[in-house]
Amino acid sequence: MSTQTVRPAVALPALAARLRGRYLSPVASVVLFAALFGTVIVRYDFASPAQVFLNLLVDNAHLIVLAVGMTFVILTGGIDLSVGSVVALSTVILAKTLQSGWPAPVAIATVLIVGPLLGLLMGIVIEFFELQPFIVTLAGMFLARGLCYVLSVNSLPIKDPLLRSLGLNYLYLYEDKFIRWSVVIALAAVAVGAFVLHETRFGRTVYAIGGSRQSAQLMGLAAARTQISVYVISGFCAALAGLLLGVQKLSGYSLNGVGLELDAIAAAVIGGVLLSGGVGFVLGALIGVLVLGSIQVLVTAENLDSYWTRIMTGILLLIFVLVQRVLVRNTR
Amino acid sequence: MMHRLTASPLLWPVLALLALLGFNVVLTPAFLTVRVEDGHLYGSIIDILRNGAPTMLVALGMTLVIASRGIDLSVGAVVAISGALACAYIASASDAGSMATIATAMLIALAAAVVLGLWNGMLVSTFGIQPIIATLVLMTAGRGIALLITEGQIVTVTSEPFKVLGAGYALGLPVAILVSLAVFAVAALITRRSALGMLLESIGVNPEASRLAGVRYRTIVFAVYVFSALCAGVAGLMIASNISAADANNAGLWIEMDAILAVVIGGTSLLGGRFSLTGTILGALIIQTLTTTVYTAGITPETTLVFKAVVVIAVCLLQAPKFRQLVRRRRRHGPPVPSTVPETGVAELDKVAAS
Repeated sequence: MSTQTVRPAVALPALAARLRGRYLSPVASVVLFAALFGTVIVRYDFASPAQVFLNLLVDNAHLIVLAVGMTFVILTGGIDLSVGSVVALSTVILAKTLQSGWPAPVAIATVLIVGPLLGLLMGIVIEFFELQPFIVTLAGMFLARGLCYVLSVNSLPIKDPLLRSLGLNYLYLYEDKFIRWSVVIALAAVAVGAFVLHETRFGRTVYAIGGSRQSAQLMGLAAARTQISVYVISGFCAALAGLLLGVQKLSGYSLNGVGLELDAIAAAVIGGVLLSGGVGFVLGALIGVLVLGSIQVLVTAENLDSYWTRIMTGILLLIFVLVQRVLVRNTR
Repeated sequence: MMHRLTASPLLWPVLALLALLGFNVVLTPAFLTVRVEDGHLYGSIIDILRNGAPTMLVALGMTLVIASRGIDLSVGAVVAISGALACAYIASASDAGSMATIATAMLIALAAAVVLGLWNGMLVSTFGIQPIIATLVLMTAGRGIALLITEGQIVTVTSEPFKVLGAGYALGLPVAILVSLAVFAVAALITRRSALGMLLESIGVNPEASRLAGVRYRTIVFAVYVFSALCAGVAGLMIASNISAADANNAGLWIEMDAILAVVIGGTSLLGGRFSLTGTILGALIIQTLTTTVYTAGITPETTLVFKAVVVIAVCLLQAPKFRQLVRRRRRHGPPVPSTVPETGVAELDKVAAS
């Protein structure tokens, strides 16, 4: 943030301005989500609005988990472009290991080890060689996607009964309203993420690094360890998201999750996470995912071609980036 | 002489390229042979040059953007839009084979590219948004816009003059590579024979200081993003012309990543302030040769990505200790002097290449 232009202080008291700055963007996303979702419900007269909302969670469970990991990384001022490929790699590893007769728990454990391991590697390279997160995670993206093809070029089915039941069984909330197990896992990830960020020493260090790496280090915070840890967390979230996607699609395919990293970044930005680091909430990222999900529902319900999703996501991203820009100016 | 040679930042890229070529010669002894058929040159080397031309072009634009401490993620989308516009126009024109139609189609595509470049430049310089995010907007929306232009279809055109740019030959060489090299020569001349390159580097080193020193920050930033988009526009025309079709979904997919790789391999710092156009050309050639090598070695083409990842990490790590030393020296001696030894080396090489 130190490279940004320093503006003269505004007349408002600094604290009030900062609070307004921190919460305005997430609040704006909530309002936007309510408006979008309201429009969809009113316009298309769905039989059960509650189920439409629950479906948003079911369809985007993997994206929610990804957005949580991405929030950690962006809060430190970094970026992780590898998550989409790691998701694909996770689905392929899961399918491949199950196919070769590994028990399901071992297969799941393998996936949950490989993802964080890749993250650890990237984090170490970023930290010790002072390379830009952007280029290192770009290499990670190529590596993970390439490894998918090495394992299998074709789509592999997942036939394990445990995972099938996890992917296909409904979890009834009340009457006939249901979610799936993936939603429970995704929401648990959000809860754990929020707790770690706001209630632990580690979480505060993440914010501190994002605010100013140098100050954090001078204060004696474990900056290096934290910096590496966020990439491990992001890798873990990507692996978990890969499991959820694999269970949802019941197949492992190397072309899964192309462009997911952009969706995760967009969700975080729309949810009010500042890309320069240090400002944002995990819950904001959740709202960002819901906004993106509503756009998808809108485009499908309106019977538009699928590329409209991309155009509308781009426009929303633009609006939120501009809003963020104005906020950053005002709070300085 | 020897010292200057080893100190040159171009040493590693040149060695890597030679090693790759050597590996290919061992693999297929006829790799370097170039035949002449119907007055055209044919051979693996020529194929590498022709297939690498679009990436090379996009990487040239990317080099200048990165030199200004920016990044342009939207080039792939611009490639798709440019190809889509040109093909859509030619397909709807009454006379697809006439020069006038082709010229108009190309002008429309390039005008659109300029507009997209201005858009990126505006977001970055006027609104002060981080380049990676500013161009992410167009990257996300751009391919959608290209699909909108082609209405989700692959637009095929049958036009002989349009095929010249991507698949034609002039002076025995593919037109595509001649265009890319011409752009390289012009860019090298403008940046290294005038003060523009130095001003660009000063912006990359410290935007605020250079602005206070009277460098026209806004104009130059606009210029580099327009140049980058224009390069991507021409590359889009090349790709569309090569296959005589606009495939909005796949044209230029991942080309931004390849271009950034080429730039990094070529020794341009991602932190801005130091760039080498010659290095970028070498980087693009390395990437294309790597892809060709994977094909000729009989490895599954999809695993090219693994090799690319290994190359990036290797190159980055090779550059990293040097960078750390540089940082340490700067800390000890206070603020750095903008022009250091390697840069003059690059500048001279660029001049040699340009003249």
